[in-house]
Amino acid sequence: MKAIVSVFAKDTRGIIAYVTALLAERDINVLDISQTVMQEYFAMIMLVDLDACPLPFHELQNWLHEKGQERLLDIHIQRSDIFEAMHRI
Amino acid sequence: MSYLMNSSEILQTIEMIGQQHLDIRTVTMGISLLDCADSDLTRCGEKIYDKLCRRAERLVPVCEGIEQEYGIPIVNKRVSVTPIALVAASCESEDYAPLARVLDRAAHAVGINFIGGFSALAQKGFSESDLRLIRSIPRALTGTKLVCASVNVGSTRAGINMDAVALMGRIIRETADIDPIGCAKLVVFCNAVEDNPFMAGAFHGVGEPECVINVGVSGPGVVAGALRSCRGERIDVVSETIKRTAFKITRMGQLVAQEASRRLDVPFGVVDLSLAPTPAVGDSVAEILELIGLERCGTHGTTAALALLNDAVKKGGVMASSHVGGLSGAFIPVSEDAGMIRAAEEGVLQMDKLEAMTCVCSVGLDMIAVPGDTSAETLSAIIADEAAIGMVNGKTTAVRLIPAVGKTVGDRVDFGGLLGSAPVIPLHRESAAEFIARGGRIPAPLHSLKN
Repeated sequence: MKAIVSVFAKDTRGIIAYVTALLAERDINVLDISQTVMQEYFAMIMLVDLDACPLPFHELQNWLHEKGQERLLDIHIQRSDIFEAMHRI
Repeated sequence: MSYLMNSSEILQTIEMIGQQHLDIRTVTMGISLLDCADSDLTRCGEKIYDKLCRRAERLVPVCEGIEQEYGIPIVNKRVSVTPIALVAASCESEDYAPLARVLDRAAHAVGINFIGGFSALAQKGFSESDLRLIRSIPRALTGTKLVCASVNVGSTRAGINMDAVALMGRIIRETADIDPIGCAKLVVFCNAVEDNPFMAGAFHGVGEPECVINVGVSGPGVVAGALRSCRGERIDVVSETIKRTAFKITRMGQLVAQEASRRLDVPFGVVDLSLAPTPAVGDSVAEILELIGLERCGTHGTTAALALLNDAVKKGGVMASSHVGGLSGAFIPVSEDAGMIRAAEEGVLQMDKLEAMTCVCSVGLDMIAVPGDTSAETLSAIIADEAAIGMVNGKTTAVRLIPAVGKTVGDRVDFGGLLGSAPVIPLHRESAAEFIARGGRIPAPLHSLKN
């Protein structure tokens, strides 16, 4: 299953390193990354592959959210179909 | 991003959900209860309870799973059932209120937000069972929490059953005298639809399959957000912008509907493309009308702006879904829309303008608090006007009025939660009692010679 991980936070050093390390820890492969800083806010969107991830989706979601909160990052994960459905015919 | 999608689209979707209140307003499972008929009311109730618990058992957990995985809130999970006047017709009982309590118990057991279908279809006349059901409504609605009732009193093909109109005025009055909040769960329809997923008017029509999933989408805030970028543009641009936004919203509804249908192994019925407001700031249909260029919703120009909005929502949504149905359009429930509440409180939005708006919106006079001393005949006369609009224009219209007992014009009534709050709106004081007392049936309208 493919999913979109979105990360929003006040910009600090090491956000990408921290988030990708979390994903690697759960055997999640990153397929694509887009990242930008708007004013002082950091926004990152990643397309990831969950096929090798051992955790059920909702546990992964909660775990990422909790790990994000530890560093004041707002991390969400959603199945990618929703974006395809909305923007592609 | 190279992979099929780009980040601005993803951010747009995230903003729609996070800031603009985009949600799936309801996933409604329609369940046929025709096989639950029994001459014994208690036995009939047992069959209904067992069937509802069996069919709807997984509805709530499945919807919660979809919410989590896709990150899109599904605000309500509901069930609609075959009109109880049909299911209970062979019961040897005068009072159907016990069946309403069965529906309520089943709704609590499966964890849904509302159950609709304590209904009767009486557009051309009453069956014995229709009358028994309608007379049970005040007790049914005030003795339960989650049950919604509806009665169809007219249609374009049958005309208007004025005896039903008169009776429903009395039933609303009687319900309000027990507990006004009961009236928030009662809709009087003309041209009721069989696949509407929205409450309080949802029921599972006899032409529907055994079990079906219908989905109602929402998103007034998303449309308002898109319109902020069209200030000063010509009206064509406004219409086009609403269409494009409605398309995106509906695609989300279609995805959720298909996914729910697959996971529950229940056929997908329709997506209802309604813009349904909530009392939350930024989730208002009135705000959209004001963004189109009205100083306040309810002033001159409101009907035209609403006509444009209603039509553009349908045009944008139709291509986004394989099956569109239900009520589909823009809802204008006064108490559930922060912009409508403000306009009504300022006295700009009046009953007569609301009635005009119902000629072009998706349904009718919805969630309007009227003075507590409003007579049954006046309530009936309002129903008759609204049914006439539906009958002549071949559209669904409905009336959901709440006589605010002990309150008068200018007072405020709080319904709580999604039902919101509303100021009591003034009505005309002159009587229509003689008109309502006549009874009979308004003949179906002519559909040629249209000038």
